[in-house]
Amino acid sequence: MIEQQRDYVLRTVEERGIRLVRLWFTDVLGNLKSFAISPAEMENALNDGMIFDGSAIDGFSRVQESDVLALPDANTFEVLPWVDPKGAEARVFCDVAKLDGTPFDGDPRQVLRRNLNAARKLGYQFYVAPDIEYFYFDPPAVDSRPVPLDEGGFFDLTSTDITSSLRKETIRTLETMSIPVEYSFHEDSPSQHEIDLRHTDALTMADSVMTFRLVVKEIAALHKVHATFMPKPLEGVQGSGMHLHLTLFKDEQNAFHDASDPYNLSVTAKQFMAGLLRHAAEITAVTNQNINSYKRLVPGFEAPVHISWARNNRSGLIRVPVQKRNSDQTTRIEYRSPDPACNPYLAFSVILAAGLRGIREGYELPAEADSNLFEMGDDMLAKLGIEQLPQSMSDALRVMERSELVAEALGEHIFEWFLRNKRAEWRGYKTHISQYELNRYLRSL
Amino acid sequence: MKNEQDRLLAVFPDPAPIDVARTLDLSGYSWKAVKSNDVLDKLEPTPGWAGAVVDCSQDPESAWAICRSLRRRENSVSRVIVLVGGAQLADLEMREDLFDDFCLAPVHPRELDSRLRHLFYSELSVSRESLIEYGGLSLNTETYQASFGGTPLDLTYMEYELLKFLAQNPGKVFSREVLLSRVWGYEYYGGARTVDVHIRRLRAKLGEEHANLIETVRSVGYRFGQSKWS
Repeated sequence: MIEQQRDYVLRTVEERGIRLVRLWFTDVLGNLKSFAISPAEMENALNDGMIFDGSAIDGFSRVQESDVLALPDANTFEVLPWVDPKGAEARVFCDVAKLDGTPFDGDPRQVLRRNLNAARKLGYQFYVAPDIEYFYFDPPAVDSRPVPLDEGGFFDLTSTDITSSLRKETIRTLETMSIPVEYSFHEDSPSQHEIDLRHTDALTMADSVMTFRLVVKEIAALHKVHATFMPKPLEGVQGSGMHLHLTLFKDEQNAFHDASDPYNLSVTAKQFMAGLLRHAAEITAVTNQNINSYKRLVPGFEAPVHISWARNNRSGLIRVPVQKRNSDQTTRIEYRSPDPACNPYLAFSVILAAGLRGIREGYELPAEADSNLFEMGDDMLAKLGIEQLPQSMSDALRVMERSELVAEALGEHIFEWFLRNKRAEWRGYKTHISQYELNRYLRSL
Repeated sequence: MKNEQDRLLAVFPDPAPIDVARTLDLSGYSWKAVKSNDVLDKLEPTPGWAGAVVDCSQDPESAWAICRSLRRRENSVSRVIVLVGGAQLADLEMREDLFDDFCLAPVHPRELDSRLRHLFYSELSVSRESLIEYGGLSLNTETYQASFGGTPLDLTYMEYELLKFLAQNPGKVFSREVLLSRVWGYEYYGGARTVDVHIRRLRAKLGEEHANLIETVRSVGYRFGQSKWS
């Protein structure tokens, strides 16, 4: 099998005249990293991996163990469709390993593999379908405010508008890169778009999210437009989220489905939800990893603020979507806090770990919160036992730091590095004097 | 497999041993009994004999002569099964070139059937066309390249393998489980749902007009191309 896979890649490189093969991997913060090799090196890379200096990568090696191995995952080999066929290029995702071949602790893809294997030991396959939102802007100059390209709104049909044709071209490209798109539309805010991907296993999906972000940006850049996954680029309008539709399968059955439940939710689904809710605050630093992320998680913009669940209430953290015609395959839950600037490998890892903890320990799902929580007073919320998500990156880091669940899911290497890196980011932000403060205080105080 | 079975097998002696005749009939092979080398020559079909079942237990001398003749002709016959009695096993020695497989006589129908299947299968896989074509789709299994209407299709390895398997078996319906075990053949993160995901990707890559090449057969699985029965 593996032999044939290698053969397939090598023959394709030859037959399609590939000039460069890009080896892709992801750093701890979720940035796509790449180095290119010539086709002649490809056989070597597939057999033995390629050594590179990991100390240059954020969150990777410590200096004394700086060399690591990139091991191409031959099944992810794809010709890059936006590159001129005369200088054709291909990409392949890599797992990063230590020189002895064991998984490297600093590699997010290996972290997700480890968590998926833990789920598999319990018989579960983890499926994810993200709804990804993003904005198109004029290419930003330094210190300038973002300029939207259109004034469209939710589901607007604006045929002449450049962003709609960008979106169409993006979807075509995604489909040729094995990333099926389920829906796409203009979102609420000016120049904001949403593309919903069809569900697949979590590892493939994390790779797909990485590819997705690159494709969206590449296609936009070809038309001199800037695409951004920044969670909240514009004040006063909705930010960009990445709602995740989650399902566990067991023995080829949807483990979240139970036709005898009024919401079609199985005990497993309820325990998974309970796990997510109980550990939501701990994993938020990972699912919402930027200072700007917390400007999205505020009342009034359809982003979750409270740790609650409901069937039809979009102010909750978990929503249970209404299913298509009794199809047991579509029973799923939607986790609404993550944003598209997260590291998908790590976000899927901590979400899965929280849900599995709920199943393993048999957590009880709290009551549904079906009224609008934004209209409730604090004492009412306290009475219902509904808490809030962390309000800032600093809050989120404080909760994460004490979480044995997150430490276990990420592994000590990434857990420590992440906390250190993000605390430094917070310190930098804390000393910044914003325009808001100057406007408000300079003259009055 | 139907067209292979349409091709003609030679059976020695005439009349054919009853168990052999019944096994061949039940498995759908066409065959003719031959009593001598002359008849073997006279009845030989234009493309040559597809194979032979030669019973050596009654008249070994004539039987081995038939085997030699089968090997020596212009269309050398490459699927020869000999039947030998338990006491005759030593006769096989130094005659390895004259047969492809053997059964102990009296023959067990299931055994004969399995050995025939196996011979036809391995022969099939050796000479299997390296070019698979269906409609505008073309797959070259030597270079692993796929194209539609002459335009190359960029496929991942598993997409290619799935398309190849389906295109090699047009008109047949496969369940997800069968596809997973035949194409993936090992445990995969996604389970059988992986098949749906890959079918969806293949359809997108084949393009809207040709997406229906792979049909969903409700609550069963998938079929490539037209069904033979509809």
